[in-house]
Amino acid sequence: MVEMRNVRKIYDSSNTVALDGIDFSVEDGEFVFLVGSSGSGKSTIIKLITGEIRPTSGKIIVNDYDMAKIRRGKLPKMRRTLGVIFQDFRLIDNMTVYDNVAFAMRVVGARNRDIRKRVPYVLDLVGLDGRERRLPNELSGGEQQRVAIARALVNNPRMIVADEPTGNLDPVRSLELMLLFEKINDMGTTVLVVTHEKELVNAFSKRVVAIDGGQVISDGMDGYFAYE
Amino acid sequence: MSRLGYLFGEGFRGIFKHGFMSFASVTIIIACLIIMGTISLLCVNIDTLIDDLEDQNEIVAFIDEDMGEIQAAALEQEIVGTDNVASAEFVSREEAMDNFMGNYDAALMEGVDATVFRHRYVIQLDDIAEMAKTKQELETIPGIAKVNAHLDYADSFIKIRNIITVVSFVLIGVLVFVSFFIMSNTIKLATYSRREEIAIMKMVGASNSFIRLPFVIEGLILGLLGSLLAFVIMWGLYNALSSRIISSFSVSFLHIVPFSSVREFVLAGFLAVGILVGAFGGVNAIRNYLKV
Repeated sequence: MVEMRNVRKIYDSSNTVALDGIDFSVEDGEFVFLVGSSGSGKSTIIKLITGEIRPTSGKIIVNDYDMAKIRRGKLPKMRRTLGVIFQDFRLIDNMTVYDNVAFAMRVVGARNRDIRKRVPYVLDLVGLDGRERRLPNELSGGEQQRVAIARALVNNPRMIVADEPTGNLDPVRSLELMLLFEKINDMGTTVLVVTHEKELVNAFSKRVVAIDGGQVISDGMDGYFAYE
Repeated sequence: MSRLGYLFGEGFRGIFKHGFMSFASVTIIIACLIIMGTISLLCVNIDTLIDDLEDQNEIVAFIDEDMGEIQAAALEQEIVGTDNVASAEFVSREEAMDNFMGNYDAALMEGVDATVFRHRYVIQLDDIAEMAKTKQELETIPGIAKVNAHLDYADSFIKIRNIITVVSFVLIGVLVFVSFFIMSNTIKLATYSRREEIAIMKMVGASNSFIRLPFVIEGLILGLLGSLLAFVIMWGLYNALSSRIISSFSVSFLHIVPFSSVREFVLAGFLAVGILVGAFGGVNAIRNYLKV
C-alpha cells in the first residue's frame, strides 16, 4: 500500500522542484500504471517509495512505514516488503540465474533449505524453468528481465515496483512481461508499473495515474488518454 | 549457521577474486609492520643500553675527614633510607687507595698513605632524572662532606631517551595511518567492482551490517595474514642482524636484547595492528556505499 499526501520534493543541489504537491494512493492488491514524460517526476516518486530519498514536505506511507520519518536502520526491513525492478535488469553478471535469485534470499538471512525450495518455484512462475545454470549474458533481454522479476518476487514482497521494466524490450516481449505482472497481481501482490509506453498501457484495462510537472494530472481507468 | 557460513564464504571469496589486490594489501601490511617492528626493537635496545649505562652512572658521597671508619660505616642506614637511593656500598679509604693504585702506576703513589683518601659511599640511584635532588638531600646528612654526581651525563641520557620515544611514537603513528590508508583503498577498489552487487543487496533489504561484514572479514583475514608473515620475517631478520652485529663488534658494552625475550610483545603488537588496520580498512572502504 502506498499513500502520498501533498508530497513536495525539491532537490537541494539544483533547487529543482521535482514534485509539487503529489496526492495519490495505491491500495493493497491493486495494479496501477504510473505514466508521464521524461522529467515529469516519475523516478522521484520511485525513489521516495524505496527510501532512496526523503520528501521535502508531505506524507508518504509505504506498507505501513512513514517514509518521511523512517530511521535509516529501519530501511532494510521496509525494503523487504517491496520488490523493485529496473529498466536495466541489474543482474550480477558472474552469477547464474539461480544464484542471482537465491542471492536476494541469502542477503536477508534466509535458510539454505528455504532457498532450495523457493527459488525453483519462483523461476518456474516467471517461465525460466530449465534456465537455472545459465549466466545472464546467455539470456535474451526478456529472459533477463524475468530473472529480475523472480528476484523481486522471491522474498514474497507485498508490492512490486517496476521502473520502466519494458524500456529495453521489443513490443512482444513487453506484452508478455505485462501479462506476467498481471498474473503476479492476480496472486495478490500489489503492482505499480512506471512507464511511458502508450500502447502497452492501453492494452490493459488498469488504473492509470498520470504525472506532469511534478503533479498528478489525471487518475482513473482512462488516465493515459487524459494525459495526452 | 548458513548465514555465518555465507558471510565468511564471501569474505574468503573476495580475497581470491581480487588476488592481486589482496597480495598488494598483505605486502603493504608486512612492509609497514616490519618498519614499525624495526623502530620498536631499536627503541627497546636503546632503552636497555641506556639502562645499562644508568647502572654504571654512580654517584659518590665523601665522608668528613675527621670521621673514623666505624662512624662512617654507620651512616649506611641513613644513606640507603634517602629517597631514590637504590643501593649504597661503603668503601673505606684503604680500599679507595687500592682501587686508585690498581688504575694507575704504583710508582706514582710511593710515600703516599691512605689518609689522603676519604671514606666514601658508592651510591646507585633508582631514577637518574632525580639525581640533582638526591645529591642535595645526601649533602644534608651530617658527616657527608661532599657528593660527586655527573649531572650532565644524566641529563644527556634523559634527553636521548625522550627524543627516541617521541620520534618512535610519531613514526609508528604515521606508519599505522599509512597502512590503514592503503588497506582501505585496496578494499575500496574491490568494493568498486562490486558496487552493483552492494546496490542490489540494499534494494532487496540487506542490513548495513550484513553488507559490511564480508568486507570486514576480508580485511581481517588480510591483516591477520600480513601480521603473521611480518612476525616470521621480523624474527629471522632480527636474529640474522643481531648475530652479525655481535660478531662484527668486539665491544662488551653492546648488549643486544634476544628476540625470545620480546617475541610475545612483537607478536601481540603485530597482530593487534594488522587486525585493526584490516578490519577498520574494510569498514572505511564500504562506508560510502552504505549511505543510500
